[in-house]
Amino acid sequence: MDPIKIKGTDDTPQVILDKDNGIFEISGRSLPEDVAAFFEPILKWINEYSQEPLPKTVFNFKLEYFNTASSKLILDVLLKLEEMSDDGKDVLVRWHYPDDDEDMQEAGEEYADIVEVPFEQVSYSVD
Amino acid sequence: MTDKEKIDSLEFVYNFYLKMRDSNVSLAYEGEITHQITKAFTALTESNMVNEEDYNTVQRKVFHVMVECLQNISKHAEPIGNLPASKDGRGIFMISKNAEEYNVTTGNVVSNDKIEELSEMLDNINSLDKIGLKQLYKQQIREGRLSPKGGAGLGFIDIVRKTGEKLVYEFLRINDHQSFFILISTISRKQQQDLES
Repeated sequence: MDPIKIKGTDDTPQVILDKDNGIFEISGRSLPEDVAAFFEPILKWINEYSQEPLPKTVFNFKLEYFNTASSKLILDVLLKLEEMSDDGKDVLVRWHYPDDDEDMQEAGEEYADIVEVPFEQVSYSVD
Repeated sequence: MTDKEKIDSLEFVYNFYLKMRDSNVSLAYEGEITHQITKAFTALTESNMVNEEDYNTVQRKVFHVMVECLQNISKHAEPIGNLPASKDGRGIFMISKNAEEYNVTTGNVVSNDKIEELSEMLDNINSLDKIGLKQLYKQQIREGRLSPKGGAGLGFIDIVRKTGEKLVYEFLRINDHQSFFILISTISRKQQQDLES
């Protein structure tokens, strides 16, 4: 499966979906001009991946900022992971947030409430 | 321009400058709100806030509110009247600040037939406490669909949740068909700890 590697910009997140190396990550800032178009290939990739996933999938979110339009698409990504988990696949979501950002922490908690998938909150320090 | 027009224009500029300064306006814009404009304004405001040494949490909240407000205009503003030359997505955008808070103000044209729905939505959001807002957010993110223009219907809820301040709004009648919708969002410059102590 070809990996997706998208470099982050000041309005789009960095995305790495790499089955061979077991890296699944969305990080940085997300306020794309066309949010649906940006996330479409990502959702498609995960769909395809879910047919034949690795024995364990650890999906990392390390977002600094996302707008409300992105929040809806992030939920779509999480719902795909939930489907995998419902299918009996081993999936873990790790939600990274800066230790001084309560809003980002809360956003993670809310997603964890909404989707039924193993979910881990990870704080990291910023200087 | 005639000489008289030039002098009037100079006076206008000076008066405009004084008004902006007296009202502590740090950014004012009228025109089309594009994605490029959104990026430019947020970048400019971010660097100003770094210089002003605002708290990180305050900077993040201002950034959030700015993006949601700018995207609201670009997605929902309507052209004035039926002028073929006028485009969607125009409006005014203003940031002012004092020692206590930032105010983000937007203004754009909407059809009168949208006023009732918008007012109900805003009044409902303003009436909710923290828990009520959280429930509304969760319901909307689960059940809402992305509009063709890419809106998630979460912007107002998000602003009130992030700022903890009610939205101030007004509809000023333009004619039988349209009104000018003004919305003010407020972000405190104090840290949550400061507010609680």
